[in-house]
Amino acid sequence: MSRVEVRKTYKLYLGGDFPRSESGRSYEVLKPQGTFLANAVRASRKDVRDAVVAARKAQPNWASATAYNRGQVLYRIAEMMETRRPELASEVAAAEGKRGSDKQIDTAIDTFVWYAGLADKLSQIAGGLNPVAGPYFNLTVPEPTGVVGIVAPESPSLAGVVARIAPALCGGNATVVLASEAHPLPSIALAECLATADVPGGVVNILTGHKDELVPILASHGDVDAIDITGVEDSAIADTEIAAAGNIKRVIRAEGSPSPTEAIAFMEFKTVWHPKGT
Amino acid sequence: MAKWEYSPAPESTDVVDVKSSYDLFIGGTWVAPVSGQYMKTINPATEEVLSDIPVAGEQDVDEAVKAARAASKPWQRLDGSERAKYIFRIARVIQERAREIAVLESMNGGKPIKESRDIDVPLSAAHFFYYAGWADKLQYAFPGMKVKPLGVAAQVIPWNFPLLMLAWKIAPALATGNTVILKPAETTPLTALLFAEICQQIDLPPGVVNIITGAGETGAALVAHPDVNKVAFTGSTEVGRAIQKSIAGSGKRLSLELGGKAANIVFEDAAMDQAIEGVVNGIFFNQGHVCCAGSRLLIQESIAEAFVEKLKRRLGTLRLGDPLDKNTDIGAINSREQLDKIRRLVGIGEQEGAEMYQAPCDIPERGYWFPPTIFTGVSQSHRIAQEEIFGPVLSIMTFRTPEEAVEKANNTPYGLSAGVWTEKGSRILWMADHLKAGVVWANTFNRFDPSSPFGGFKESGFGREGGLHGLEPYVALTP
Repeated sequence: MSRVEVRKTYKLYLGGDFPRSESGRSYEVLKPQGTFLANAVRASRKDVRDAVVAARKAQPNWASATAYNRGQVLYRIAEMMETRRPELASEVAAAEGKRGSDKQIDTAIDTFVWYAGLADKLSQIAGGLNPVAGPYFNLTVPEPTGVVGIVAPESPSLAGVVARIAPALCGGNATVVLASEAHPLPSIALAECLATADVPGGVVNILTGHKDELVPILASHGDVDAIDITGVEDSAIADTEIAAAGNIKRVIRAEGSPSPTEAIAFMEFKTVWHPKGT
Repeated sequence: MAKWEYSPAPESTDVVDVKSSYDLFIGGTWVAPVSGQYMKTINPATEEVLSDIPVAGEQDVDEAVKAARAASKPWQRLDGSERAKYIFRIARVIQERAREIAVLESMNGGKPIKESRDIDVPLSAAHFFYYAGWADKLQYAFPGMKVKPLGVAAQVIPWNFPLLMLAWKIAPALATGNTVILKPAETTPLTALLFAEICQQIDLPPGVVNIITGAGETGAALVAHPDVNKVAFTGSTEVGRAIQKSIAGSGKRLSLELGGKAANIVFEDAAMDQAIEGVVNGIFFNQGHVCCAGSRLLIQESIAEAFVEKLKRRLGTLRLGDPLDKNTDIGAINSREQLDKIRRLVGIGEQEGAEMYQAPCDIPERGYWFPPTIFTGVSQSHRIAQEEIFGPVLSIMTFRTPEEAVEKANNTPYGLSAGVWTEKGSRILWMADHLKAGVVWANTFNRFDPSSPFGGFKESGFGREGGLHGLEPYVALTP
């Protein structure tokens, strides 16, 4: 007799926990050929707000961890993904097809390794001593923007979301991520890696659901400092940017492959002056 | 304390030649506005009309954008080293005509001549000199990236530092290969129009810099123009927010330098006399018309009483009056509208129960003036502790611990600047880490330099002006 497999319930990743939506809603996720794959949580306004609260709470400690420490945590994520490679690959294949799925896992893991190595270089690359015309010590350093909303691209389902989370985490931001709406399950598999990789609870929060419902809530939230609109549909960008202006959010979008520029987009610059004298 | 009497020492206005009316500077020449409309610009210290200024309408804006677009390709193709020389020329002519510009700035804006002479004008020249040198070195500013100009930049600036804000906008834009249309503030157009003359004197290619004057509608038309690639704005958070909304979805790059409500934090171990001078400079420099002004004073409780007494004595020695007088500390309020706003918020401060003290000083009969003012007994919820007054008004609060100081300092939607006064080095660095502000001045305040990035956190805006970081808002980077 063949064994009946144990199927997984996909949940949200919020404040380090895996809750269902407070709304109790879900939506059907389909295979590439259009048949039923699984139910995903359809997150609500309340879930977005809870995620922002969790991110705000977690952000100061994540930012004040040493850059070396943040680098190690990012590296640990890559380690956890490597050990869960088969699972990640089967999630990506189930979502987007077998073709290219291995390559996508490579890219996702290597992206975390790349930013792991950047964490303690960032302030040397992006900051510096300014030669002011006077007897002053004058230093500019990058600091995290704070709580960042990330609208992940629809595809690639795993490498796409990683390409946005990793640079944001690198500099000390906390994130509220809206996963790919069509292919959300690899993001939840990623969350399970994050949860075992020493990432403090609340630093990454991943919500699944309908973007047309959730993006406006995230974009207009007064306690979100920046929004990454990489995964916002072209037709919704204007409205998203209007909502973002409410609290002068920084609006960010992906420019390309891993680079300091991608991480710096999630940073503010602080300049400190002090007189020199005896 | 006996009052020192100074003899009047007014700067001569012979060095300036204000025309009775001006045109728009578009495509390298002076063009009468198609709108046919003009407005008067005045001297806020005397209410005397200085000149008629054109009000650019939509058609005028369109002509200016066309001129900037036409100039864009040749300007981008020019070698960086050649672009640099034009910008160096601008810096040099500002230095050559320094006295004339300083007097004109004080006449049109009301700021004391010692500030326009010693700060605004030399810093403006230095800003052009600094960015000139970047024009042929952009590949070293962004290693590993391809650097391209954005194209046509629409720049809208405020009235508190008319020429300096122009320099902050135009210098990095030109160095990175952009062409610009700049709109000076409604009340202070004259030095921008003088700058247009400088562009002619240095033979800057026509259309690289265009100066159009007008009020809010002109600015709105400019940023909304579909053929603009970049919008840079310095001004209030309210207008910045409206601009961010108005260009949503357009793909235009945006940088905003907006309001502030900076905390100047004085610990009990601070060098008292230096801190007093820093607090005075922090809020009364340029009549408090400074986005990064130290408008909230947080004093450690143990020294609060003595500090406020000393501050009141120092207020009594500030000289308010003729901006052109070399001994003047506090000049005129920039406009009737701004004076009304200051009065309204000060009235609210009294109604909400804070205690007001104003330095005894003679207010001239004509012009717009407001005496140096401090409020004690201010609580964090008071509007004078939350809202930007943009005038010579200081709200004083106290704290007990560094943690409390940080919490109070950060308790506004703004995040432009902050000040810390203490002799303890480790505390300075701890405070600098925890203050949510783009600029932290420790044991000093209101220092500016072309090489030093300036700009805000939170609702004080985004993007930096000055330094290497000031190039980024004007370039497209690709790997």
